Parts: sequence; C-alpha cells; structure tokens
Amino acid sequence: MTLELVTGNHAAGYALSVAGEANRGARGAACGIYPITPQTEIVEFVAKYPFSKGRVIAVESEHSAMGVSIGASMAGARAFTASSSNGLAYMTENIMVAGFYRLPIVLAAVNRTLGPPWNIWADQGDTLYLRDFPWIQLYCETNQEVLDSTLLAFRLAEDRRILLPVMVVMDAFILSHTQMETELPEQELVDRYLPPLSLPHELNLNRPTTVGGLTWPRETMSQRIEVDEAMERVPAVYEEHRASFKQIFGRDPGAAVSTFETEDAESVLVTSGTIASTALEVVRGRRAAGEKIGMVKMKMFRPFPGDRLLDACPHVRKFGVLDRDYAAGLGGVWWHDLRATLQGPRDGAMVQNYLTGVCGGDVTPAMINEVIDDLLARRSAGKPVWKGIDK
Amino acid sequence: MTTSIELEKSPIACSEECLIRPGNTNCGGCGMSVGLNLLSRALAKAGQRCELVIPACCGIVTAGGYPTTGYSVPVLASTFAASPAFASGVAAVRDLNNEPQQVICWAGDGGTYDIGMATLSAAAERNENFIYICYDNEIYGNTGGQRSSATPVGAKTTTTPSGKIESKKDIMAIMAAHRIPYAATLSAAHPEDFLRKLDTGLHMNGFRFFLIHSPCPTGWKSEPAESIELVRLAVSSGLFPVYEVFDGWRYRINIKPTGADPVEYYRRQNRFPIDAMDLDAIRKHASASNERLARLAAVFPVAN
Repeated sequence: MTLELVTGNHAAGYALSVAGEANRGARGAACGIYPITPQTEIVEFVAKYPFSKGRVIAVESEHSAMGVSIGASMAGARAFTASSSNGLAYMTENIMVAGFYRLPIVLAAVNRTLGPPWNIWADQGDTLYLRDFPWIQLYCETNQEVLDSTLLAFRLAEDRRILLPVMVVMDAFILSHTQMETELPEQELVDRYLPPLSLPHELNLNRPTTVGGLTWPRETMSQRIEVDEAMERVPAVYEEHRASFKQIFGRDPGAAVSTFETEDAESVLVTSGTIASTALEVVRGRRAAGEKIGMVKMKMFRPFPGDRLLDACPHVRKFGVLDRDYAAGLGGVWWHDLRATLQGPRDGAMVQNYLTGVCGGDVTPAMINEVIDDLLARRSAGKPVWKGIDK
Repeated sequence: MTTSIELEKSPIACSEECLIRPGNTNCGGCGMSVGLNLLSRALAKAGQRCELVIPACCGIVTAGGYPTTGYSVPVLASTFAASPAFASGVAAVRDLNNEPQQVICWAGDGGTYDIGMATLSAAAERNENFIYICYDNEIYGNTGGQRSSATPVGAKTTTTPSGKIESKKDIMAIMAAHRIPYAATLSAAHPEDFLRKLDTGLHMNGFRFFLIHSPCPTGWKSEPAESIELVRLAVSSGLFPVYEVFDGWRYRINIKPTGADPVEYYRRQNRFPIDAMDLDAIRKHASASNERLARLAAVFPVAN
C-alpha cells in the first residue's frame, strides 16, 4: 500500500479502474465516459488505464455514457462512469434506468452547482435531486474516503441482496482538485475484496427475456417493492462490507452515520461532505468550552439512515441541519428528510435549517460559530436561514 | 364446437429460428413484422444468433406483457434516444469475451431520425461492432401517428393535419457520410435482395446500418393486404431507392426504378391529400435523387 498525494478525482479514477481490473477473470470491465468540469480527470484516468480485459468508450453525451455502462453491465461486465452537475441532469433518464434494471453500476459524482447561471463550484443539489431513484448515495469528506467508498460501493452494489447502483459523491474542487495524502491499495488487495461479478439477470441467449418491456401495474408495483426491500437491507449489508474492508485494507471506510459527542449532547449539527471537517473543528472547540453540543456526519443519504441518526442522538432536542443545497420552494434537502425522520419518534425536537455554502460559497469556522450561536439561542425553529450573504 | 390446432403443424408454427413468436399483437400488414421474419431467415441461413436492443417503438410493444416475451432471443429495452449507446456496451462486452452472437438495434424512424440521431451518429463514428436496423414507417406509430423527420412531404399526420411541408430526411446520405463499413436499404417487396444484403451485413464487422421501408396501414391509412404492393410501388417509381453503400463511398443500385408514376403509390394511401399535393415537384425530386445515386454508382462502383 502506498501513501501518495492525490486529488479526489485521482482517488475516484484509481478506485474505478482497479475495481474494473479486478473483474478481469470474469466478464471484464466496460463503460461509457464523457467529460465535464470538475470530474473530467476521473474519466481521463479511466481512459488511460491499461485494463487487461476492458473497454472504455468515449461517447458523445452523459446520457450515452450511462447508456453504454447499462449495456455493459447488462452483458455482465463491471461498469461505472462519472459525472457532475448539468451532466447528471442530462444523464438522468438513464440513471433512472440503471436503478430500475437493478444494475450494480458505480457512479463517481462530483457535486457542482446546477446551471444556469454558469457556476462550477460545489453544491450538492445535482446529486440530491436524484434522491427518488433506486440508487444508494454516499457522500465523502476526504480523498481517502472517496477511494474507499468507491471500492465498497462495488461490493455493496454487486451483493445479491442489494443489486442497486451506487453514487459516490464528493465536493467540487474542495476534494476533486485538492491533493490529500491517500493510500492507494495494490491490485492484489482489491482483487481480494472484490469477487468476480456474477449478475443474476445478465443477458443470456439461452434464456430469452425482454428486459424492460411492458409490465402491468401489479407487476410494476412488485418491482418497486423489491427495490424498497433491497433499500431496507442496505444499512446492515453496508456494515458487513465495511467490516470486511477493514480486515483487508486495515482502514475504516466510514460509517453510514458518524457522530461526535452526541451521546449526551442537547444540540447537534447535522453535516455532510467536506463541511463536516470544518464543523468538527468548531464543535470540538465549543465542547471544550463546556457547551453540550455534538455533531453528526451523514455519509449515507439513500437509503436515508434515519434510525441510526436517532439512535446516536438520544437526548438531542435541537438539530441544526447544514445544507449545501437549496430545493426551490422548500429549503435544504437534508433538513427536509431529517424533519420527516424526527416526526413521531422525536416530536417536539427543534429542527433548524442553515443554508451554508450554497452555490459554492466558503463555509468558514466563523460561519459555523454563528450557526451554533443561533441554534443555542433559539426557542423555536424558523424558516431556513441563508448564510454567507446579507439578505 | 372448438377445433384444436396442433401448434407444430399450424401456419404460425414457430421454431427457434423465428425471432417473433406467434401470439404477438402486431397489426395486419405491418412491415416491421415482415422485416423481423426476414431477419430471422437471414440469421438462420448464416447460422447466427442475436441479442436485440430496442428503444421505445412498436418493436418493444411486440414483446408483449411481462412475464411473457414475443421474442425468442434476449431483448434489452433501451431509453428512446439511447439504443446505440446500450448496444455499444453490450457489443463491447461480447467482443471482450469473444462471443459470436450479433448485437442488433431494432428501432423505428422516431428513434433513428429524430431523438436517437446524436447517439446513432456517435456509435457510427466510433464504428461500434453491431448492426442497426431502422424499420421506417415514416411516422410515430405507437403514439397514434405524429410526424417525424422521416415523414414524406405531403403526408397528413396528427401533427401535420394539412400535410407535411418539409421533405423526408435523407438518412442514408447521413449514415454514408459516417464512412461506416456498410449501409443498405431494404424493401420487403424484394425479399431475395433483402436477405442477400442482410447476409452481407451479418458477415462483416463494425457498424452496419439498414433502412427498411416499413408499411404501417394504421398510420398510412392503407389496406393491410396492400402493404407489400405499396412498398413495391415505392421502389418502381423511385420514391424508395434500393441500394447499398460500402465504406460510405462505393455505391451499388440493387433494384432499378422502372419509371412507374408515383401517383399510384400516393392514391392508395389516405394519408396523402393527393389533390393538394404538387406531384410534379415530387416526380422531379425523385428523379433527381435517383439520377444522383445512379451517377454515384457509376463513378464510385463497388469493386467485385
């Protein structure tokens, strides 16, 4: 295992490539790729990779990039791609198909503000808006977490109890273009972690079925229920593959929900992505000063691990949710899902939304301190609070 | 009283060689169904099998409702615009694993001329190793008959209620311009030529494109029993040139027009408001198109 200084894009590109290479003893790897800032380096990495048994097809659009990966996956190969922002929007129809076809495709997604106007900086709106499709979504805080989560994503996606595609998500530039010390595992270790892919519903000449043809309402509903049951299984199966990851690589790829001093906290900040790093430093300081505050980092967004969050925060009465996204007419998406989770099991808890770093603005320690001051002083929740701008 | 039919002896008996099985709900006189049967015969003669990739079109309706399938081979339904992308992925993995079966896109004109144009162009430019067959009924048939860019000038559709003003897109010229190994037009009125050219394509590698003139009685407002006669008239009057192009460069006319007047073709289809159409302009256009092709075939002939 070698420790190198690499960008988040490099980490994702490396992980996709070695995962694809690990399937060389089976049906190989194949994928469609298309560039968009800030993920382009990921697909460049994949395009340069000397696969023993693989084909990387540089296509004409994100829609086709996912289309090629769907065809490759359906034919039994390990398939993946990467995209960002409007590219994800353009890819959306086939993103949906990959999920409903139950294909174990891994998508490296770099969060970039959806346009217009033209903006290349970090905002989670481009992946959060895909929340209603049958995809697992994992958000990352470091380049190591990007690499580890990508490898884990294949294991999780290909598990026959799951068979759902996985999106591994990172912030534009803050991770994608920033070098961090990252352990790049050797192929041999990856081979041990990722068994050859065997897709139960692979196209088969001796079993002529029409994949995706007409189904009646009852049968279609059954298919949705199967997705729902697979989603229900995800948190437990994730833990299994997290444990085996630790055994093979000697590192923890991260929990679905990780916490800092939440056991006795009365107030917590709920964060995701790189905002978690900044928030943790501030929360640690306020804790040291005697304030009963904790922090939650949400890695898993779909399925929404609400139970785990509740279990980790037994005494919390005030939740401050930091969203680097804005759903028009609503507020933050994480906030919305958390409010739904708390209703019933935690009626009476206060849930306040802070829109921080939306459209790529910096989220500074000073801003986090303002958020904490506001949260602690509040007696009731109000509308989402826009931070980083004078309204 | 009921009569039981021994399936093996019935006229609709189906062998493994038959791509579409009995019991499908396709319309009488449907050119697509004839095309699928001719494709079955070509595959059987070549001793080959196939996997189909089908976007939204009557071809995917042919499969029928889950869990049955109207096809005897695996079918992957693609999104409307993306059948060449899906097929690129399937064909890539087939080639990585040295498997012999053909990957064939089976798509209508909407999925080919319109929404799938960019995807088709890109797969052709990459010279992906699969066959693309467009059965062109010159209309969005599934949705009840709207214009596509394959709809001929003059034709009434639900979105061109007074007749289409624009000419039909020349998809063969577009595909030839990609310099793909093989492109050919197919007419069900000339099955020997149809089968011969499919066989040519089945024995080549790279991107192969076929265009079938596919009658649609529902959309064409024509008699189902006259479907083959109609496409024969389209060939004899020069409205549908039957030819093949190798490497986008060398041309061969397979069936020469006889100089028949196209008026008969139009008269037999109620989609054409024949009294309001400029038939002279249509005759001139067809004549010029065929002359252009004849010259190309003379100057850039197929080497024997």
